[in-house]
Amino acid sequence: MAKSRDLCRRIDRSDGFATLTLDLFSGSPNPNPCSYSRSAKRVRVSCASPAASAAEENRSNPFDSLSEEILFLILDRLESDPLDKKSFSLVCRSFYAAESRHRRALTPLRSGLLPAALARYPSVSRLDLSLCPSVTDSALASVGGALRSSLRSIDLSRSRGFSYAGIEIVAVNCAALVEINLSNATDLSDAAAAAIGRVRNLEKLWLARCKMVTDMGIGCIAVGCQKLRLLCLKWCLGISDLGVGLVAVKCKQLRSLDLSFVPITEKCLPAVLQLPHLEDLALVGCLSIDDEGLMSVKQESKSLQVLDMSNCQHVNHAGFSSLLSKTPGLHEISLAYYCKVTHSLASSLQKLYNLQSIKLDGCEVTTSGLKTMANSCRSLGELSLSKCSGVTDEGLSFFVTKHKGLVKLDVTCCRNITDLSLASITSSCTSLTNLSMESCILVSREGFRLIGQRCHLLEELDLTDNDLDDAGLRAISGCRNLSVLKIGICLKISDEGLIHVAKGCPNLQELDLYRSVGITDIGVMAIARGCPLLQIINLSYCTEVTDYSLRSLSKCSNLNTLEIRGCQVSSSGLAAVAAGCRKLTKLDIKKCYFVDDAGMLLLARFSQNLRQVELEPSEVWKQQSQEMHV
Amino acid sequence: MVPERRRPPEASSKSSSSMMSESPRNRKPDLPFTPFDSTNLWCGDRHGRSFLEFSPPLVTQSNGLFGPDRETKSKNQHEPSPVDDPVMDWNPRLMLSNLSFLEQKIHQVQDIVRSIISHEDQFLDQANELAAQQQLVTADLTYIIIQLISTAGTLLPDIKNALLSTNPAVGRPGSNQKQHEILPVEVAKASQYDSLIKDLNSCGGKEDELIKCSNNSGVEASEPIPIEDHDTKDNDDGMDGENLPPGSYEVLQLEEEEILAPHTHFCLICGKGFKRDANLRMHMRGHGDEYKSPAALAKPSKEASIEPQPIRRYSCPFVGCKRNKEHKKFQPLKTILCVKNHYKRSHCDKSYTCSRCRTKKFSIIADLKTHEKHCGRDKWICSCGTTFSRKDKLFGHVALFQGHAPAIPMDDAKVLVTSDKAQVSEASSGMPGNMDYNFSGNTSLDAQSPDLKGVDDGHGCFSPMTLDACNIWGLAEFPHSAYEVSESTFSFLATVPFKGMEKIKFQAAGMMNCSEQHYPVIIYIRSNKGVQVETSIMTDAHARTVSFEVPVYSWHLNPTSAEISICRTQHERGKYYKCRIT
Repeated sequence: MAKSRDLCRRIDRSDGFATLTLDLFSGSPNPNPCSYSRSAKRVRVSCASPAASAAEENRSNPFDSLSEEILFLILDRLESDPLDKKSFSLVCRSFYAAESRHRRALTPLRSGLLPAALARYPSVSRLDLSLCPSVTDSALASVGGALRSSLRSIDLSRSRGFSYAGIEIVAVNCAALVEINLSNATDLSDAAAAAIGRVRNLEKLWLARCKMVTDMGIGCIAVGCQKLRLLCLKWCLGISDLGVGLVAVKCKQLRSLDLSFVPITEKCLPAVLQLPHLEDLALVGCLSIDDEGLMSVKQESKSLQVLDMSNCQHVNHAGFSSLLSKTPGLHEISLAYYCKVTHSLASSLQKLYNLQSIKLDGCEVTTSGLKTMANSCRSLGELSLSKCSGVTDEGLSFFVTKHKGLVKLDVTCCRNITDLSLASITSSCTSLTNLSMESCILVSREGFRLIGQRCHLLEELDLTDNDLDDAGLRAISGCRNLSVLKIGICLKISDEGLIHVAKGCPNLQELDLYRSVGITDIGVMAIARGCPLLQIINLSYCTEVTDYSLRSLSKCSNLNTLEIRGCQVSSSGLAAVAAGCRKLTKLDIKKCYFVDDAGMLLLARFSQNLRQVELEPSEVWKQQSQEMHV
Repeated sequence: MVPERRRPPEASSKSSSSMMSESPRNRKPDLPFTPFDSTNLWCGDRHGRSFLEFSPPLVTQSNGLFGPDRETKSKNQHEPSPVDDPVMDWNPRLMLSNLSFLEQKIHQVQDIVRSIISHEDQFLDQANELAAQQQLVTADLTYIIIQLISTAGTLLPDIKNALLSTNPAVGRPGSNQKQHEILPVEVAKASQYDSLIKDLNSCGGKEDELIKCSNNSGVEASEPIPIEDHDTKDNDDGMDGENLPPGSYEVLQLEEEEILAPHTHFCLICGKGFKRDANLRMHMRGHGDEYKSPAALAKPSKEASIEPQPIRRYSCPFVGCKRNKEHKKFQPLKTILCVKNHYKRSHCDKSYTCSRCRTKKFSIIADLKTHEKHCGRDKWICSCGTTFSRKDKLFGHVALFQGHAPAIPMDDAKVLVTSDKAQVSEASSGMPGNMDYNFSGNTSLDAQSPDLKGVDDGHGCFSPMTLDACNIWGLAEFPHSAYEVSESTFSFLATVPFKGMEKIKFQAAGMMNCSEQHYPVIIYIRSNKGVQVETSIMTDAHARTVSFEVPVYSWHLNPTSAEISICRTQHERGKYYKCRIT
């Protein structure tokens, strides 16, 4: 008993072990029955010798001496990798039972096995059915029957085939339910909404694209679920001001409300802004809201922090300024595809003392607007100017010198910026972690050198379609924290540059080499060796890449996405990947004409986590592995 | 007279009966009166009372319900009641008498309550009587509160001033020549009473009527003649926003006979009457060639308008009406048509009753038709059972009351009921050809005649047929109480929705044993792809088939089978009958 308590304490103290060895029978005076090593991510439970334990048949199963408490503590630390849990449950009956009772989240691949799975896992609280394209009412009935008290969250966002009756059963039986995701249920009508209205404790509800739900249905939800904190009504085209107004009147706890593309006008906005805790409001693409309407709204909202008004084409700076003056606590504004960012709009940001993030994707930005914005805002952490026209060196340089705390900067497709901008960005914003500068074609080697030299904290860098060469890549490899690097369509880079990256960026997790045709096997092998944490790699149309690359990539055990469209790979390479990368979920092998049935068979055998394979000639062919994702 | 329209029928008939006794000069004595319903026959004994006596209608109404107390109560009524003059010049004496009256009133209530206490054991077996007593007390208290507020209201300086300036003739009850109108302030106050009373008077039942009566009592008691401000409808009659200074126009006053005459244009030769002069001119052609000349056929007014005509306005012949030229705040009527409509609406009986709801009455047939377009189509329903004709009104109601929710239409709700028993119809979603909806819970609402059910079951309507058409025999069930057509049977033969047509044509054939000739019917069709289509048609009692078309765009996804339901209003939607698309 004392031993077990000691074990508990030790496991408790260790935050995240790599290997845990439980030596149960190696003699009583062992002072350290529980040892850790960080060499491999496995749990190793060793008996003194199997023969010895078989000989002592009168003794009970040695694993039974481990209490459930200990097993649960171990399981708590196995959350990261599903395969580990599977191995764990295969040790013995008691481990199997412990794992069954311990599991809280379930993501089944097909709903037919749902009753059996629910019988095995009685305490699942989080049921993600997004991988089951078809969920029938009877499957939902079995959920309602099996997880009466434990179910807290259910995700049906990608499933079809159920009706309101199924939802009703879940709603009535599962009293603890707090989260429902019913997005994309385009055929569900108000009856389903009325069923949801019976879940009294519901806190989060996603109804995106439920186009048949009308004000009547949302009214039932508003009256029934008064504890709602998050409500997503994106693309609910049947809902109007009345429904939203009723939600705002009844659900006073709302924190986050997404009304994107809902045909609402300004009439419901006073009620919405009156919500005492509202923090996040999305009004993307609300075309019925216009300047006059916004100016007529007199209600203030102190709590609002995030406002997304992208694509509101009928709102100009007058209406927007009027709204901003009512929401002094904003942290984040998104105005993507807004008409024009000028001086007058930028000056309306002046009163927002807490503003940290501005997204202006696709807007027309003037230099004076950018300068005024730089002067009006206090200290921004994030700025997105992607696809903005009119961004110049002058404006951007002025902006970054005013906002030295910038962490994320997106200047995608700002084709006019040059090394001058990069010089001021790198000198001012030393804490930059994300930099996207896709298609900034005027930036030269000197700019990349500055990035590598000054931005040591950079984690994500997007240089797709830039004038990047090996020397630039070598400079960039100086950012040692880089985890995402996108250097697609950089036609000048070659293996030499990649070798520098492999040496300089050991934490690289995602690498995009799409159509960077100068890459050969040598570069990919170097990456595979130098970046063991690699999860996503895109080698599409790198025509020089062959099976050798795949064999080397098979050493990257974390690889989950592999795109080798149009590469000269064959079945043998694919087999190596299938055997080595057990976590592979997405694979694109279109136009790989040398891959034949042999490769596919091996893939089917080994890659049990595979969810999506893109093949020639079929467009998208979803292969679901046979077994449950355990 | 105008407020009658706002009041429930018993209130209107009550005041009209009193009207009859008090001011017969404005009416033909032989004008037919609205027949009383059996529910308000008890008002009959109140004939011949003056309007002042009419003042505490709450009490009288309670009396009607409650026999034994009538003697004492009616004594109260015959006392001169100074209470009901909140509009009058304020004087301390009046106030004193008001207060003493209230005191008296409170004592009465005390007495009643005391008697309830003393007879408590007797009431045990007479629950109705006890309830009536309670109602009486509530009504009395309500009345007291109204009077208290209105008495206090006279003290407010602005009201008082307004009253003084606009009502020089107050205090002379019975004078028909000088009228005054209710001040807007007063009306506003009345609405405040409304809300106040609603809070106080939670005993349901007669609540609304009580409130309305109390308000009306205040209005009528304060005026010698039950004539009030013109209402919104009178505004429609033509004088909206027109601000002609008095004297700048010529005022014409037609006599009542002229207004009510069916024809206004008469042939000088044969004496035939016409409603329009154009018709008369057409008629005149028959009397000789001299009437066929273009000059004779032309519109006469055009020739006359060469010289500038004085502006002509019209006055209502009903003395005391605001549209009457003697009225202090006379508002003239613009045209003869306005006069006719105003007179009929405001001063005539409402002889046209809506055949569907049987409560709404109109004096102009056009008004009736307008109403009938909307009658019975209150399709927005709250879970508490209240229906609304407008969605925003429903949502206002739901927002106001805790626990009320919008009600989803009936057929869906029924399935919700059944699903509680875990009867899940798995096949209901998108499996073509398999349409086993489980509607087991729907029998409670529909009075279904058994013979037709037999037809429904026995007829091989769902058997696969090789014909292009598949017949369905259906029965549209209507709640019997609403329209008294419980025995009327509808059997519909729906034919042939074809795939791929531009419009899908349904034909419904059957007999309609119904007293009414034409009435709209709503037809719901839904396909197995979940698409619901709603269409409305007029039925004809004589026609044996009715056909209607549904556009294909609302019918997407190529359904393989469909169901049809036929009903009067949306919330009556009952059973769906299946038909197959071939």
